[in-house]
Amino acid sequence: MLNVRLRAYKRPHRGAVVGGFWVIFALAVLVGCGPNMQRQPRYQPYDASQFFPDGTSSRPLEADTVSRENLHTDTLRYTGKINGKLADTFPLPVTRDLLTRGHERYGIYCAPCHGPLGDGNGVIVQRGFSQPPSFHTDTLRNAPAGLFFDVITNGYGLMYPYAARVQPDDRWAIAAYIRALQLSQHATLHDVPPDQQPKLQEAQP
Amino acid sequence: MMSDEQQSLPSHVQIDEQPLQRQQLFHPRANTVAKVSIIGGLLAVALAFFLWGVYTRSPYYTGATVTVDQPVPFSHKHHVGELGIDCRMCHTSVEQSASAGMPATQTCMTCHSQIWANSPVLAPVHESFRSGVPIAWNRVYELPGYVYFNHSIHVQKGIGCVSCHGQIDEMPLTAKAVPLTMQWCLNCHRAPEKYIRPRDEVFNTRWVAQDQLTQGRKLVDDYHIVAGGRLTNCSICHR
Repeated sequence: MLNVRLRAYKRPHRGAVVGGFWVIFALAVLVGCGPNMQRQPRYQPYDASQFFPDGTSSRPLEADTVSRENLHTDTLRYTGKINGKLADTFPLPVTRDLLTRGHERYGIYCAPCHGPLGDGNGVIVQRGFSQPPSFHTDTLRNAPAGLFFDVITNGYGLMYPYAARVQPDDRWAIAAYIRALQLSQHATLHDVPPDQQPKLQEAQP
Repeated sequence: MMSDEQQSLPSHVQIDEQPLQRQQLFHPRANTVAKVSIIGGLLAVALAFFLWGVYTRSPYYTGATVTVDQPVPFSHKHHVGELGIDCRMCHTSVEQSASAGMPATQTCMTCHSQIWANSPVLAPVHESFRSGVPIAWNRVYELPGYVYFNHSIHVQKGIGCVSCHGQIDEMPLTAKAVPLTMQWCLNCHRAPEKYIRPRDEVFNTRWVAQDQLTQGRKLVDDYHIVAGGRLTNCSICHR
């Protein structure tokens, strides 16, 4: 004789079934909780990378890479030179907008050292940096506009190149603004339009 | 028959010989216990939600006002507040690109080739310049991967740096000034007129509005910022 007592199957309580379902459902949903979406497997700017040997995700351009829109065939506009010589013309029309843009860019990138007036007495110079030459000398007044473009692009003396920070057209805007600065510090009464001259003379003490 | 049944019952079961009486399973006090547990349970759930809300808004969770350690203790207070250097001197791509741009070591060296050139504090900068390995700054404003933020559009539409970065010109060490929660972003996306400023003043950390709402409504109009909830459309930020 088999000495085994078979227990009859008992239907589980309805509440237990429903409760069990919710527990399993909650566990299944909770599996989805995690930072997977917050940190996705793609690079954001400046992210570190373990894939590239230099540890950065931002890749340097291959040497001599030229993108279609950066095919700089206009040598004056992108080097400030014509036939290898610094040019004294502007590749862009010098308008009020260009001067306004140049004024703004000059304030951002140049004024800290060259000073708002261009006299070479900016706040960084006051803090001990070597004083750059003033723009208001005969040498620089007679220098071609291309010189300013070239110096911004490649640096000069202790001044580092600004090519990475100031785009070519902005360099021309700054060059134009420097011209305006030079004029403003070297103007005579005859440079003032005749109808405005009496106003100036009245203002004189 | 009767005797057979009685024999099959387990020993601890006793047949009550008394006449049937209605017996109360619960004491009357149980009513109070039941009410308290129902109300108390609901209150506990509400309290849990409330505490979760407090926690997720706290600087401990959002990181707001908490300075982040950096390889060089760079001071925006000194460079911006005291020297008056424009934001764009270093963050050059803020007007054209999604990322504001971190300065190359060359940018630091523009001045620090001479100024504080021998300071041990700046040793990592000089080392980076010699070796060509970028300085590994630690991110202060970190957005989740599903948020697509773009600096250039905010700058072009008149949202000032300090609106999100706080009085950065007064921070000796850089900290996140705002919680950067979605609710915080929506504050402005729901009512840009409360925060917008003239484009010329975007980089001015000291600008104060005379009459923000009047001017703000006009600027929202002038800058063609589309009203009617489009700024709060999910896909504006989540793509």
